[in-house]
Amino acid sequence: MPIRLKSSELMSAAAPRHAIALQGLNHWYGKGDTRRQVLQGIDLAVAPGEVVLLTGPSGCGKTTLLTLVGALRQVQEGSVQVLGRQLAGASQGQRQQLRRSIGMIFQGHNLLRCLTAEQNVQMGSDLLPGLAYRARRDQAREWLRAVGLGDELHKLPHDLSGGQKQRVAIARALAAHPRLLLADEPTAALDSRTGREVVELLQRLARDQGCAVLMVTHDPRILDIADRLVRMEDGRLKALTTAVQ
Amino acid sequence: MAARWRARRIPLAWLLLTRQPVRLAVALAGISFAGILMFMQLGFRDGLFDASVTIHRLFDADLVLISPRSTSSVSMAGFPRRRLVQAMAAPEVEGITPVHWTLLLWRNPETRATRSVLALGFEPGDPLFTDPSLAPKARLLSQKGRVLFDEQSRPEFGPVAAWFKAGRTVESEIAGKRVRVAGLVGLGTSFGADGNLLTSSETFLELLPNTPPGSIEVGLVRLRPGSDAAAVARRLQGQLPSDVTVLTKDGFIAFEQNYWRTSTSIGFIFSLGAAMGFVVGCVIVYQVLYSDVSDHLPEYATLMAMGYRLSSLLGVVAREGLLLAAFGYLPAYAAGQGLYWLVRSATQLPVAMNATRAFTVLTMILVMCMASAALAMRRLADADPAEIF
Repeated sequence: MPIRLKSSELMSAAAPRHAIALQGLNHWYGKGDTRRQVLQGIDLAVAPGEVVLLTGPSGCGKTTLLTLVGALRQVQEGSVQVLGRQLAGASQGQRQQLRRSIGMIFQGHNLLRCLTAEQNVQMGSDLLPGLAYRARRDQAREWLRAVGLGDELHKLPHDLSGGQKQRVAIARALAAHPRLLLADEPTAALDSRTGREVVELLQRLARDQGCAVLMVTHDPRILDIADRLVRMEDGRLKALTTAVQ
Repeated sequence: MAARWRARRIPLAWLLLTRQPVRLAVALAGISFAGILMFMQLGFRDGLFDASVTIHRLFDADLVLISPRSTSSVSMAGFPRRRLVQAMAAPEVEGITPVHWTLLLWRNPETRATRSVLALGFEPGDPLFTDPSLAPKARLLSQKGRVLFDEQSRPEFGPVAAWFKAGRTVESEIAGKRVRVAGLVGLGTSFGADGNLLTSSETFLELLPNTPPGSIEVGLVRLRPGSDAAAVARRLQGQLPSDVTVLTKDGFIAFEQNYWRTSTSIGFIFSLGAAMGFVVGCVIVYQVLYSDVSDHLPEYATLMAMGYRLSSLLGVVAREGLLLAAFGYLPAYAAGQGLYWLVRSATQLPVAMNATRAFTVLTMILVMCMASAALAMRRLADADPAEIF
């Protein structure tokens, strides 16, 4: 069977200097009188392997920024380079292709209810081209072991605790070998100790993969895992600190 | 094949369906019900059409001559017997049998009530049916006033067969004339006739003295082995005057079925019944698939965010439709077989599963499921991965 290698075009592109490079990014919601600007002239660069935390009050545009970087939304104005690809003016198909190289972790775990933990993770590794079913399944198992769920392979999401589900989501995101990981408040539904564990796991695994991380969070207890903190207010970025260097 | 197996993915459609057993059961019940309805309606329809030609199938003939004024077995018109003799001139013709055919009133020997019976008159020495067991019984007809009674006739004609088998002399009245049952034959009822009897031409003309001389209703023509019946029929039709229609035996059968199909509402009614089953099935499958897609919309959106193509997600819905069709069809097929058996034993209607109908219903179920899946897919367009953060 011919193997689709489209996503490898992205890989083979000369390693970009930045995982994310935003310049003059503006974004609006609504039309006419109700049109409201949510992002105003955002400039941001994230290096490969860098862990950046994005904080700010709710409604300041963090999630919009994440969806634009995640190629989930059409760019309206400005330049959005993700993994060396320009997203401004990119077609639906191009964005979908790029999404295969981006891991996403959501506020809710967003696991498929009808799949076991192992099958959920394999939905991630199934995106890898040219691997046999067995290899993809073994990878899924590896990832679940890596997040400490080696004994819960065949459980359905509703039999797992909140922390376990979020770990499965992390394993799923990483199973597609992403080079950029986007996370939207991954600890929101977790108690503080579990949240801390999950984020540390996320940081460690991403670092092992050389995968850049852009994480939106409200949780002050996890800020110290970041290489850099970025604060957002009213659609503008305010670079705060270069935290732990 | 092996490569495809290696490249397979998580069977999402299968898991979506099977991890919700109640919904799956509802869907399968609905599809099976629709399938059973279609099997029954189409089965009845075909069975009734089939039943209309019970007698027609029995004739030992390659060609059948009838009057162009005949419209069906219940209104057969006469044509000159001479035409049948003229047909003998064709080199392919091996033998002929003139047959009188009409509906007569038979008096039930027990209750004295009368009922219409199909009477065939022929020369007892001529071959009539392909069934060889008739010939020895036919000799009994050479005596005047004797008939062979169809023991499969409906019970309303009286306990003729039972009495005859018990050794009693069974006599009754046809068209006001006394006849005696000389033997029993097994023919079967049809649409037009609840009962049948055979008699000699001589007795037949006795019962119906007003029959014009030299007029018959049906002429059977047997051809030499290897003849092309259709070609001979065409040629004879050209040679004979237009007061006779030459049909092949299949054409004769089709002529009768066509009458019931086009001149009565039977075909329409049962086809409509089958269409109802189809519509009901569509509604059920659409409901199930639509609510399935709706329930999993955030999950579909997640998959799109992960980089799955919309087309592969549409494929999941399509596969759900296919699986539903396949698993809904099997019980419908099995139930259809069972119900056909039930109908056969209760009504003697020749209803049986055949490949054409099995395929028709399978096609209709497939169309039903795939159309519903296509409609349910439109819901997928609402899955916006940008909304899931």
